[in-house]
Amino acid sequence: MSAPAPTSQAAGGRPPAHAVDGGARLSVIGVLGELLILAGVLLGLFVLWQLFYTDIQGERAQQEVVDSLEWVDSDVVAGVSADASNGPETIPDDLKYLDVDPPVMDYPDFTETFATMMVPRWGEDYVKPVSEGVTRADVLDPLGIGHYPGTALPGEIGNFAISGHRTTYGKPFNAVADLQVGDSLIIQTEDAWFVYHVESWEIVQPTQVEVIAPTPNEPGVAPTERSITMTTCHPMFSAAERWVVHGAFDYWAPTGHGVPEELVEVPA
Amino acid sequence: MISTLIWNALPGPALVRVLILLVVIAAVVFALFEYVFPWVSEALNVQETTVEET
Repeated sequence: MSAPAPTSQAAGGRPPAHAVDGGARLSVIGVLGELLILAGVLLGLFVLWQLFYTDIQGERAQQEVVDSLEWVDSDVVAGVSADASNGPETIPDDLKYLDVDPPVMDYPDFTETFATMMVPRWGEDYVKPVSEGVTRADVLDPLGIGHYPGTALPGEIGNFAISGHRTTYGKPFNAVADLQVGDSLIIQTEDAWFVYHVESWEIVQPTQVEVIAPTPNEPGVAPTERSITMTTCHPMFSAAERWVVHGAFDYWAPTGHGVPEELVEVPA
Repeated sequence: MISTLIWNALPGPALVRVLILLVVIAAVVFALFEYVFPWVSEALNVQETTVEET
């Protein structure tokens, strides 16, 4: 590390040169230059950290969370293949429930990971943890997808509302713009599978909380449907707006009888 | 120059000084990555994904 930005008087900054005038002299411009270089290095480090380091760290942390859930089938994590002859058992039709309430689960504690999310459109090995809470420091940055406190749990009547990063921190909702109407959104908890499909999406202001109302976009209206809503940032790398995806419920099924057939279907 | 002051303040031969600097830089980068940058990122509010009342 040689001294940067030589001034007009001091030729270079090598220590031997300074031994002559009896120690280093501080020149205002020289120190200012050093501070500016330091600021540049810090900014560069911050960008590297935000764009790459948080992503690597987040991806690894979320993978570890999924691996630590003993009710998650390792085949699902590794990516169930579309090879139907060889693939996993799929849930029979008589175990799919649409109008019956799913098994009651205890409302999860803050930061508790209570579900996993799979989206075939985003790859057969896409399995991300869903944890309670939507604060960045506790949930969204370290754990990935967060569940808005107070909104419905998976399969309940109301709106199961979740949020996740679209860029950085493992970017669970990175490819949100690729989703098409009808794409499956699959949630698994310890007791049940829940299959939803994408119905619509919209771009809203960050303050439009009505998108996660029990009846989406109709705050105050008692819910009759079992919906899902995903929110993430828009445009990418910005916080100006939010990309919001609304989905409708297909069915739920108890775990232990195979995987939903939607999971092994490859979206067109 | 600050960099000259630091260099002269370090003890030992050049190799030892370089090693000390590397360790210090690594520690500073670690502190930045683990504590300072997460705080800055949250304070800057450019990565928000949630809808909320203001």
